[in-house]
Amino acid sequence: MHGLIYRTLQTFVQDSYGPARWLEVGKRAGLETPEFEAMLFYDPGLYDALLRATESVLGVPQDMLLEDVGTYLVSHPNCEVPRRLLRFGGVDFVEFLYSLEDLSERARLAVADLHLPDLELRDHTQNAFVLRSTGDLPGFGHVMIGVLRAMADDYGALVLLDYQRRTGRVESVEISLVETRFAEGRDFTLGQGPVDGAREAG
Amino acid sequence: MFSPELLNALCPMHLWLDDRGRVLQLGPTLEKICATGACVGDHFSDLFEVYRPRRVASMEQLLATRGRKLHLRLRGATRLGLKGHLIELPMGEALINLSFGIGVVDAVRDFDLTATDFAPTDLAVEMLYLVEAKSAAMDSSRRLNTRLQGDKLAAEERAFTDTLTGLGNRRALDQRLSRLIEEREEFALLHLDLDFFKQVNDSLGHAAGDLVLQSVSHVMEQSTRKGDMVARVGGDEFVIISPRLVSADRLSDLASGLIEKIERPVRYQNQTCQVSASIGITVSGGTPATFEEIMEQADTALYAAKKAGRAQFRFFAKPADVATGEKTTNTAAE
Repeated sequence: MHGLIYRTLQTFVQDSYGPARWLEVGKRAGLETPEFEAMLFYDPGLYDALLRATESVLGVPQDMLLEDVGTYLVSHPNCEVPRRLLRFGGVDFVEFLYSLEDLSERARLAVADLHLPDLELRDHTQNAFVLRSTGDLPGFGHVMIGVLRAMADDYGALVLLDYQRRTGRVESVEISLVETRFAEGRDFTLGQGPVDGAREAG
Repeated sequence: MFSPELLNALCPMHLWLDDRGRVLQLGPTLEKICATGACVGDHFSDLFEVYRPRRVASMEQLLATRGRKLHLRLRGATRLGLKGHLIELPMGEALINLSFGIGVVDAVRDFDLTATDFAPTDLAVEMLYLVEAKSAAMDSSRRLNTRLQGDKLAAEERAFTDTLTGLGNRRALDQRLSRLIEEREEFALLHLDLDFFKQVNDSLGHAAGDLVLQSVSHVMEQSTRKGDMVARVGGDEFVIISPRLVSADRLSDLASGLIEKIERPVRYQNQTCQVSASIGITVSGGTPATFEEIMEQADTALYAAKKAGRAQFRFFAKPADVATGEKTTNTAAE
């Protein structure tokens, strides 16, 4: 498993609940040193163990936890990089939604050995979509709900999100776009450039 | 022929010139970056400098570049570089489509451009994405490498250091000695063994012994020069390597000085610890000797010093070398 994924969980817990809680998670998951490097690889079997440990240490159900990780990735001050990279996807929220189909490929362009689930967007009506995620990261649909909610805020759009189901490797999320220009949204300038010293959370 | 709207939408950085090289129309993004305020009617050479191909100033010369890539610079303060592609139109007119080329990252930042300043099919935004994503990934890798390098240096240092005294260990000695032999540099090697150390250890305990070892180490470091090496190679055994120090007089001074200082009593709690040292000295003769040979020579000299009653030093020397007018302490021990 790519270190970026474990590292994200690590910085999420550290930044949201404090470093002490992460040490507890590491201990419960049976890690000798609970420190993940973003650019190294780790045992894929740790994924479930880490999630279960985090769930019980923080007392938050896994689904909610993963959703919070998604929100954290986009909206936490320490995670400016993923938010900016996602904003390159489109000038408005609908364009951004369509750009999600390229997400796994875009991620691979940046970090060649990072394999995120493939995303497919189906539009049922102009404002109703279903996002299907196919891959080997169980719960990625929940992460995407967090990401979508935070990105909607970023674009100033109003959306309703609903986790539909998980069937094997496929998870689907229902997206209802209520309003594209609901609020002001956050500023995004193309040329701001890479943010120096941003933590490698995502 | 084409409507201005069509051109603006497809090529927001186009430049349409009449048969004399004057601007008929320019795209909205190009207008944005022409800080000097490019106007319809300006001559293209007032706005741009074509630097490749060379010597393009007139409309005729410009038309002759068709089919080739144009390298231009915006006149004015920014001197922004641009790439261009000229299409000849009827009536001697020309259409030049421009792009930022590799300078797109700077241009977007300097002119505060947005995605709508580019045609939707333009890869500029993808390029910006890639630059930013790659920089973030590289940044992360670089920090990892820095951390790993720090860990590696620390591990190497630990691997070559005796933890009690902070001196080099046998591995550090091996490395240094091998290099000196390889480079055929002259040096002296002093093999030092403490006398009466066991008594201190047995009567006052290991903590006293450790204190003595630290004190002796300090003495040796203080008595040697900057380029010398002091290593602890056994419980109470040390080796000093002194590159280029091959004078028997000076080595004798060094050895007797060391013994005298090592003999100074060390206070441990309310007790006094006193040890001495025997030293075997060998000098590399310039002829290539192996690591083992040199260590054996020093060992032989040390044994001679011990046998002579301890608390003294002896040189190892081949019979032929003895007659070089050394002092009486210079005893061949073969």
